[in-house]
Amino acid sequence: MRSVGARRSIADVALLVAILLLAAGLIDNAFAQAGPFGAPRTQAPAAPVGGVLGWVFAKQAEFYRQFSGLIRASKADGSAAWSLLGLSFLYGIFHAAGPGHGKAVISSYVVANDETWTRGVVLSFASALLQALVAVVVVGIAAALLSATAATMGRAVNVIEIVSYSLIILIGVRLLWVKGRAFVALLRTLHRPAAVGAAVTPHHHGDLHHHHHDHAHHDHGDGHAHHHHDHHHHHDAHDDASAWGHAHAPEPEELSGPGGWRRGLSAIVAVGLRPCSGAILVLVFALAQGLFWTGVASTFVMAVGTAITVAAIASIAVAARAWAQQVADARSGYGMLAMRGIEVGAAVVIIAFGALLLTGYIVTERMVGI
Amino acid sequence: MIRRIFFCGLAACAGLVTAISAAQAHPHIWVTVKSELVYAPDGTVTGVRHAWTFDDMFSVFATQGIESKKKGEFTREELAPLAEVNVTSLKEYDFFTFAKANGKKIEFNDPSADYYLDFDPKDTVLTLHFTLPLKTPVKAKELALEVYDREFFVDFSFAEKDPVKLVGAPAHCKLSIARPQEMSAALTQQFSQMPADQRDPSVTIGTEFANKISVKCP
Repeated sequence: MRSVGARRSIADVALLVAILLLAAGLIDNAFAQAGPFGAPRTQAPAAPVGGVLGWVFAKQAEFYRQFSGLIRASKADGSAAWSLLGLSFLYGIFHAAGPGHGKAVISSYVVANDETWTRGVVLSFASALLQALVAVVVVGIAAALLSATAATMGRAVNVIEIVSYSLIILIGVRLLWVKGRAFVALLRTLHRPAAVGAAVTPHHHGDLHHHHHDHAHHDHGDGHAHHHHDHHHHHDAHDDASAWGHAHAPEPEELSGPGGWRRGLSAIVAVGLRPCSGAILVLVFALAQGLFWTGVASTFVMAVGTAITVAAIASIAVAARAWAQQVADARSGYGMLAMRGIEVGAAVVIIAFGALLLTGYIVTERMVGI
Repeated sequence: MIRRIFFCGLAACAGLVTAISAAQAHPHIWVTVKSELVYAPDGTVTGVRHAWTFDDMFSVFATQGIESKKKGEFTREELAPLAEVNVTSLKEYDFFTFAKANGKKIEFNDPSADYYLDFDPKDTVLTLHFTLPLKTPVKAKELALEVYDREFFVDFSFAEKDPVKLVGAPAHCKLSIARPQEMSAALTQQFSQMPADQRDPSVTIGTEFANKISVKCP
């Protein structure tokens, strides 16, 4: 076994690497898509994305271009509707590669929140289906009932976007608050060498299971700073005064476990609120052909395809976290610190994504006003 | 060993987020471009006349809710407000048109007021006609014009037939065009099947990403 110092440096380096890479991913994205508010357009055109992503990119564009033909064909020939549904499914799977479908947010959320695989999958499906529902409702009400113009629909989607991105930031801030405090509390514990073995090691084995609310959970701030009124009522009696002096960190079950579903709902709404532009176009086009319900079916099948991709990515995130956890468990105190660090990093990623989306630095699917 | 696994786990996490965030959305709008380069009698280039035809899905979307006398058809007048929105919002994107004269970037003024939208009821497609005047008409030995969306939300491509015309250009000027890479193979085929007398030897097919127009007046 190495000395405590060596272990510490390993954990620190690992943490640094993880955070740097997360940041790099974001910065890369921000530059790659510097939108109307970003850097001025340079003269050289962006090179087509290569490799696997380039292929995914080309495929979804190819699928998308077939929609109008198949919708038209469905008018005369019912069997074309089946081809349309098949295409919608494939399109959904491929299309989910874009950042508009909340994979990054959902994946970061499951990492930060220590969610189970099942919950990761449920979150992915629920948010994708909500996204389809919003598209159907927007087109159904605006276009079908009110004969609104494309510009009006665009404005409606804009408002929905702002709400959605703000919610993403709120979720990130809440996670950062909880996880950041857990991180700091653990750091304090570790700075007292005697506490390393006594307080920390037995503690983290129980992370996923028990609910010992006899400890101070210091979560009063959560209720104040956010709009999630789903805290266990017995937390209310805790004494905030002991918050930073106490050796125990807030427990993960503050976020997952019973009551966590309602918090999960906030993630579903935040991600699923923003309808996909492609779905809106398909719905309007189908409506114009007098095939609105075919469009609705296509939209929901698309959502199932999207959900499969998002769930797959969320699953990888869950597995990666479990893997890191396993390694961290073997390293006692500082391994656990690294885990809390990863959670904090993931919370920061969520905030950053929300902020970049809100400010237009990441443009998911811009509808140019043409 | 454990350390290696630990690092691999972290790298997997981080790489995942990097990969996800680098992914982009694909275009939802396809535009078929026909352009004319307009020359003054003295041989200077004065501007570009664009005719952009949108794909049918987007055209139907854009005309949604617009009132028309005849169902499924729109007149220029009925489409005038939409044309105005188009031209106004395109300003933010520099009209997706970028030009260089003798290797130096040249600027365009806002489109002249004669812009309009046409609707083709057969194909249900919209075509936007507008002219971009150059801020300063220029006499160029080498003129390069590109039409593209850097962010690739709009996929521009030249029309298959007569994508670019020179209007009033001096006789010795030579036009060549380059299309995006994806199309080059199909077009090579198409060009090779054209009768020789219709083929313009100066028309070359490039392998670049943007739709490039190049005019050389030596």
